[in-house]
Amino acid sequence: MTTQPVRFYQVGSFAVGNRLLPDDDRTVQSDQNRTNSLDSGHRACQGCGEALGARYALDAAMRATGGRLVAVNATGCLEVFSTPYPETSWRIPWLHSLFGNAPAVATGVAAAMKVKGKGDVRVVAQAGDGGTVDIGFGCLSGMFERNDDVLFICYDNQAYMNTGVQRSGATPPAARTATTEAVGPEPGNVFGQGKDLPRLAMAHDIRYVATATVADLHDLEEKVERAMQLHGARYLHILVPCPLGWGSAPNDTILVARLAKETGLFPVFEAEYGKVTAVSPIRHRTPVEDYLSIQRRYAHLFGEHSRTDIIARIQAIADQNIATYGLIDDEADSRGQKEVTA
Amino acid sequence: MLRQIEGSRAVAETVARCRPEVVCAYPISPQTHIIEAIGAMVKAGTLSPCEFINVESEFAAMSVSIGASAAGARAFTATASQGLLFMIEAVYNAAGLGLPIVMTLANRAIGAPINIWNDHSDAMAVRDSGWIQLFAETNQEAADLHVQAFRLAEELSVPVMVCMDGFILTHAVEGVDVPEQSDVDAFLPPYEPRQVLDPDDPVSIGAMVGPEAFEEVRYLAHLRHLDALERIPSLAAAFAEAFGRQSGGLVRPYRTEDAETIVVALGSVLGTIKDAVDGRRDAGERVGVVGITSFRPFPLDAVRDALSGARRVVVVEKAFSVGFGGVLSTDVAMATHDAGCSLRTVVAGLGGRAITRRSLEEMLAAASRDELDSVTFLDLDHGIIERERARMGATRRSGPSAENVLRDLGTVASWIG
Repeated sequence: MTTQPVRFYQVGSFAVGNRLLPDDDRTVQSDQNRTNSLDSGHRACQGCGEALGARYALDAAMRATGGRLVAVNATGCLEVFSTPYPETSWRIPWLHSLFGNAPAVATGVAAAMKVKGKGDVRVVAQAGDGGTVDIGFGCLSGMFERNDDVLFICYDNQAYMNTGVQRSGATPPAARTATTEAVGPEPGNVFGQGKDLPRLAMAHDIRYVATATVADLHDLEEKVERAMQLHGARYLHILVPCPLGWGSAPNDTILVARLAKETGLFPVFEAEYGKVTAVSPIRHRTPVEDYLSIQRRYAHLFGEHSRTDIIARIQAIADQNIATYGLIDDEADSRGQKEVTA
Repeated sequence: MLRQIEGSRAVAETVARCRPEVVCAYPISPQTHIIEAIGAMVKAGTLSPCEFINVESEFAAMSVSIGASAAGARAFTATASQGLLFMIEAVYNAAGLGLPIVMTLANRAIGAPINIWNDHSDAMAVRDSGWIQLFAETNQEAADLHVQAFRLAEELSVPVMVCMDGFILTHAVEGVDVPEQSDVDAFLPPYEPRQVLDPDDPVSIGAMVGPEAFEEVRYLAHLRHLDALERIPSLAAAFAEAFGRQSGGLVRPYRTEDAETIVVALGSVLGTIKDAVDGRRDAGERVGVVGITSFRPFPLDAVRDALSGARRVVVVEKAFSVGFGGVLSTDVAMATHDAGCSLRTVVAGLGGRAITRRSLEEMLAAASRDELDSVTFLDLDHGIIERERARMGATRRSGPSAENVLRDLGTVASWIG
C-alpha cells in the first residue's frame, strides 16, 4: 500500500488535527484516559494560559512516567486557584511550600525518593515567572548546578499576576503593568532589562532546556516526554498568556501564544548541555503589531498617539531573535522541527 | 563509653546513629563541624542510605529538608545565627506543614554588628515559629537530645530544634558517651509519616487556607505543642531507662529546696550559674537555679512549680528584645505572675562576652540585698556608652557606632572580661 507521511500544519489555523494522525502520534490530551492531573473545577480565570499549560505538561509527564510523578508548586496563581482549602484540583501527589523555594523542595523530594528506593518516582517542580526568574532563582540555579533529578517548569505569563499584574524580571519592554504604568515619555516597562531564563539555564550546562507555548500542544507534550526520558536537571519554559494581565480576550489565549512565536518575540527551541539542538521555525512571519495590538497592556502604543518608535524597537527584538535562533528556514522537517548542527 | 570528643563531633556521630536519610549542608560558624562530619560519614559509606546535599543557602537547606520530609524521609540539617534568619520563612513553613525535621542550632549572635560568637538571639528570633526548641546544658545532653528529638518530632509531626551554645559547646572537647547504634535503634523506630507524597495514594499538601479554617489549623499546632509538654518528660524518662543517664525533660532545678532567690537560665551558662550558686550558698545566701530545657513548648506549670518557694526570681538571658527587655523573662513572668515573687532580668553574654562566676556572684549578692535593677546588662562598660552618646550629641555625623566603640577601646581583640 502506498503511504504518504502526514504533514503537520496542513489546516488553515495551523492547528494539528488529531484525526489526521495515527494513534501513536495523537496528543496525550486527546486520550480519554489522560490523568487530568489538574482537574476541572479549579478557580482560574477564563482563558487562563497557565491552567492549560499545567494540565498539558503534567498529563504528558504522567504518561511518560507511567503515573509515577510528584509535583512541587511555588506560590502563585497556579497554587492559589488549584487548592482553595479544603478543595484541590490535583489528582497527583502535590506539595506547595513557599514562593521562592520550589526547586529546593523538589530536590528534597527527589532525594527522598532515591534514598527510599523509589527512584522510579519522578519529580516536577513548577512556578510562574516570578517564582522562577526572580524570587526562586537562587534555589533554581542551585538545583541546576547540582544537576538534581528534577524537571522545572516555568509557566511564563510575564508578570506577577496573582498579586495584581506587577512587573517581574520576565516582563517584556513597553508592557504596562501595575508597577510599570503606561505614563510618561517611556510608557510601560523599560527596555534593556529582564532575564532570559532559558539561556541562563543553558549556561548551567544542564541536560535539557526547552521552550514551548500553549499554542502548540504536540510540541509541548513532546518536550515534556523528552524531558522525562532524561535524568538530571531539566528546564522547560512555557509561554502562557494571561487574559487578565495582558488584556487579551479569553478566547484568544492560543492565538496570542501562537503570535508570540510567529513574530519571533518568543523563540521556541530545544537545547542540550548548553547548546541549541532544534528550533521551531516561524511558519508565517508576522509583524509584532499583530501580536501587540490585541493586548491592552500595549494599548498605549496604538491609537491617536501611536508610538511607532517603540513598536519599531520591539520589532527589532523580534528580528534579532529570528537571526539569533535561525527561526526562518524552509528546511524544517514534516513536524515543524529544524535540527540545529553547530 | 566516654570519649574525649568535640561537641560537634559528638552531635554528628549521634545524629548519624539516628539514621537520617537526607542531610542538607550549608556552612555557617559555629555549626559547620557537625555537617562536615556527617558529610564525611556519607561519603565514606558508613552512614547509608543517606543523601548528603550541599545546597546554595540556608533557605535551600530548610527547603530541601521540607521536600525530603514530605516525601517520607528522615531529614536533618544544622545552622546558626544569620543562617537561621535566612531560612526563617522555610522554618515557619516546616512547622506549619507539620514536618518532623530535626535541626541543630549552634546558638550565635545576630548582626549587625556581625559577630560569630555565642548568644541566644537566633533561637529567640524563631521562638514563635512552631518548632519545639530544646536547650542543651552540656555536650552529653546535646548529643542525647538529638536522639529524643527525632522520636519526639516524628511522634508528634512537629519539627524540633536542638539548641547548643556555639563554640562554648560545639567546639569544646570533653568526655561524651555517644549513644550506641543498637541502643538508638531500640529507642528510635523508623519514621512513619502522617502525610506523604506517594503516587499510589496522592494527596495535596500545602493548600491555601482562609479565615474559615486558619485559626483551627493553627490551634491544632498549639495542641501538638501541649502534647509535647506531656511527651518530653516521659521521653526523658524512657531515655534514662534505656541509656542510664538523665538528659532532657522540661526543667532542671538545682539547690532550689529552700531558696529565696532562684536564677532561671537556658543552655551552657547553667554550669557557671551552679558554681555561683554554690559560692553564694557557702556565703550563707539561700539561692538556687532552674534550668529550662524545653523553651518551646514553654512549661508554664513546671516553671511555676520549680519557682514556687522563691521570693525573688532572676532570669539570666543571652538575648533581649530591643526597646523592651528580657524575652525569657516575659515567659517566666507568665508562670509566676500570681506567685508573689519579684522578677529581675539580667542580660548577659551577648555576642560571646564571657559570663564569669565572679560577675554572677556579685549580681546574686545584689539580688539578695534587693538592689538589682529590673533590667541589668551584666558587665556593661558604661564609660564607653557615655562617650559614644556624647559624640552623637555633639555632632550630627558621628559615624558608625560599632567602629567608634572599637576605636575607644583601642583594641581589636575580643574583650572576654
